Amino acid sequence: MKYTDEFRDAARVKQLADDLRGIIQHPWVIMEICGGQTHSFMHYGIDQLLPPEIELVHGPGCPVCVTPLEMIDKAIALASDSGFILTSYGDMLRVPGSNQDLFSVRASGGAVKVVYSPLDAVQLARDNPDKQVVFFAIGFETTTPANAMSIIQAESLGIKNFSLLVSQVRVPPAMEAILSSPANRVQGFLAAGHVCAVMGFWEYLPIAEKYQIPMAVTGFEPVDLLKGLNDLVTMLEQKKVGVINSYPRAVTLEGNMAAQASINRVFQPSDRAWRGIGTIPMSGFSLRPEYVHFDAEKRFDLGHIKTRESEVCIAGQVLQGVMKPPQCPGFGTLCTPENPLGAPMVSAEGACSAYYRYKKMTS
Amino acid sequence: MTADLSHGPVCPVPLSHRETIILGHGSGGKLTHDLIRLVFKRWLSNPFLNQGDDAARMDSTLLAGTPVISTDAHVVKPIFFPGGDIGRLAVCGTVNDVAMLGAVPKYLTASFILEEGLLIKELDQVVQSMAEAAKEADVLIVAGDTKVVERGKGDRVYISTTGFGIIPPGHGSISGANAQPGDLVILSGTLGDHGIAVLSARNELSFEVHLESDVAPLNKMIQQVLSAAPHTHVLRDPTRGGLATSLNEIAEQSKVDIHIQESTIAIKPAVRAACEMLGFDPVYLANEGKVIAIVPQIEATAALQAMHNHPYGLDAVIIGEVTVSDTIHPCVVQHTPYGSSRILTMLAGEILPRIC
Amino acid sequence: MCLGVPCKILEIYKKDTLTMGKVDFGGVVREVCFETLPDALPGEYAIVHVGFAISKLSEADALDTLGLLKEMNDLADLEDQNQ
Repeated sequence: MKYTDEFRDAARVKQLADDLRGIIQHPWVIMEICGGQTHSFMHYGIDQLLPPEIELVHGPGCPVCVTPLEMIDKAIALASDSGFILTSYGDMLRVPGSNQDLFSVRASGGAVKVVYSPLDAVQLARDNPDKQVVFFAIGFETTTPANAMSIIQAESLGIKNFSLLVSQVRVPPAMEAILSSPANRVQGFLAAGHVCAVMGFWEYLPIAEKYQIPMAVTGFEPVDLLKGLNDLVTMLEQKKVGVINSYPRAVTLEGNMAAQASINRVFQPSDRAWRGIGTIPMSGFSLRPEYVHFDAEKRFDLGHIKTRESEVCIAGQVLQGVMKPPQCPGFGTLCTPENPLGAPMVSAEGACSAYYRYKKMTS
Repeated sequence: MTADLSHGPVCPVPLSHRETIILGHGSGGKLTHDLIRLVFKRWLSNPFLNQGDDAARMDSTLLAGTPVISTDAHVVKPIFFPGGDIGRLAVCGTVNDVAMLGAVPKYLTASFILEEGLLIKELDQVVQSMAEAAKEADVLIVAGDTKVVERGKGDRVYISTTGFGIIPPGHGSISGANAQPGDLVILSGTLGDHGIAVLSARNELSFEVHLESDVAPLNKMIQQVLSAAPHTHVLRDPTRGGLATSLNEIAEQSKVDIHIQESTIAIKPAVRAACEMLGFDPVYLANEGKVIAIVPQIEATAALQAMHNHPYGLDAVIIGEVTVSDTIHPCVVQHTPYGSSRILTMLAGEILPRIC
Repeated sequence: MCLGVPCKILEIYKKDTLTMGKVDFGGVVREVCFETLPDALPGEYAIVHVGFAISKLSEADALDTLGLLKEMNDLADLEDQNQ
């Protein structure tokens, strides 16, 4: 496959890993913000090829993991109503709410459908005019244009039985939340390549300047991850501040203007809660007032659902690299992959889940 | 009402219903007999079945070896998919399970749960496929049963098959618990063909792919493997849960670690492309015509050659080895082309497309 | 976050009110939405996320990342010198 195979080539990967060992002179704490990159690091074992000076901190960029418990409980409430079809990306089905997950809702007769694209959910609404079809619109900026287009499409087709349960999040405010924490240890970021393919990286320039750190916009294949790390470590060693584009085949400074326009037409920035972290100001998107009739939270009676996040969970500190999972009082007892309290235990690549499995294996 | 019943029923004789299955086909009466005659006996006719008794008498001379029995329920959506259908699947699935103990499969039984509304010509096609697969595997379907459920209470057709076979003397120790450190792991071909072919045929994720399921009876190839490598320790077909799940089962049963080399595993380009697109890992996809053979190193080349000599084993490769496990929980380790490795766990639940 | 998959654009067309297209992911063909990539053309490569084309792929930049652009330039220089 073009643009895939050549970026997984073993000789190139080994060469870049050797290069990195040649460049690095000091210990550095680096965060890959994106869950997809965490997945690639683990899947290809690239973390094992890194020099010991690099400490990787896995960031909060897994959209299903950071979706707050309360939103999942709202999705479950909608799916349990026989007048509704809840549509979702596949990842979301396994994430537990307070008492159950969407699989068990489906097993007890609720209509839960996995879709590949939000346009499939619009089609489902068209095909089922007697049902309310709600799409669980989660994700970072990469996914936002698609979710926006589903609203634009539903509007232009005059589809009334379609709405979004919105839990959209944005990367730059999360980065700022991490960097502004007094306990922050992160010295450089691998910025998320596909978020930047949509948004560009102009938003990151003032953040890099404000917090005096380097960032490398990085792709997802083994060669891309190491290219991003090489560029970032070079900047760190040379004490450079700013943003380097290590994924230029897909990313430009200004990003995808058409995609940004569709986001801005439908959504506006708003405060969002992150599972295990709490509310970060302006860290997400909500539907603009003129699209409020597509907002499932406004349209249907969900106000009574108020779920508090666990008070035990230290996910916020784990995601910032301030604390290690075993330091959490709930780790392995109150909180396990089967019954997670916070984001990093939800995903298989999450820091807590990875620690848990490793511990289980060696105990 | 004083109807005169002396000349039989006054109501018209029911329609013969030769096009769709109705509840009456499961009544045990004339409609059932018609169905048996027009569909089941048409394709599956053999002396055992034709006897028409409530059970089939087995051939007592078979009891010389070690009898093996296995059963499997088959549900698949859609019932027809590229490369096969539920009929072929129902025969191959059970034939292969029996063969995985080194047994020669002899007889199958089959019970059908039909949903009202299934077209009889569809059932006919399914039963014809069963007959063809049984012929290929050299087994007889010796007993069967049919029930019909109301529309909406089933998904067109479910088939449960039970298989009976005999382990020839000398091959009695093949088991998932028998993998030994030093053994080599052979995989008989490409991964994930069935999983992706069925997913594509389901059309829920609307993608087009030119790919056929690998569903096939493996018993003849396995007999050749066992002739070439008589000390084979484990045979397992990586069906649901895929290669990773089967290897974890074996590691757990045998209390060993299993190390595999990612770069040796063969995957068809279309399967790989679908996995990339949907975020699947091919080691978790279902296969219906593949076998994992774990054999002593000294017999590995012969076993591999035996697979290569059979049409269902042309792409067979040695993918790894068995080692002593030094942890409480035996594990399966996949080695990447980069010199790194990762633990392969069992499939956790349903395979779902990922966005991240 | 964000599984993005490279694909080759086969055709682009209007469907309902949307610009849609057929793309090839190396053996798997699927319809994706091109509203978010209006200047894309058949034959070009793009990244697709949740059924939407989000970015065109630049071959020159890809070769550069792979360190091949330099090799190709060196080769071209060499050919120029030989002429």
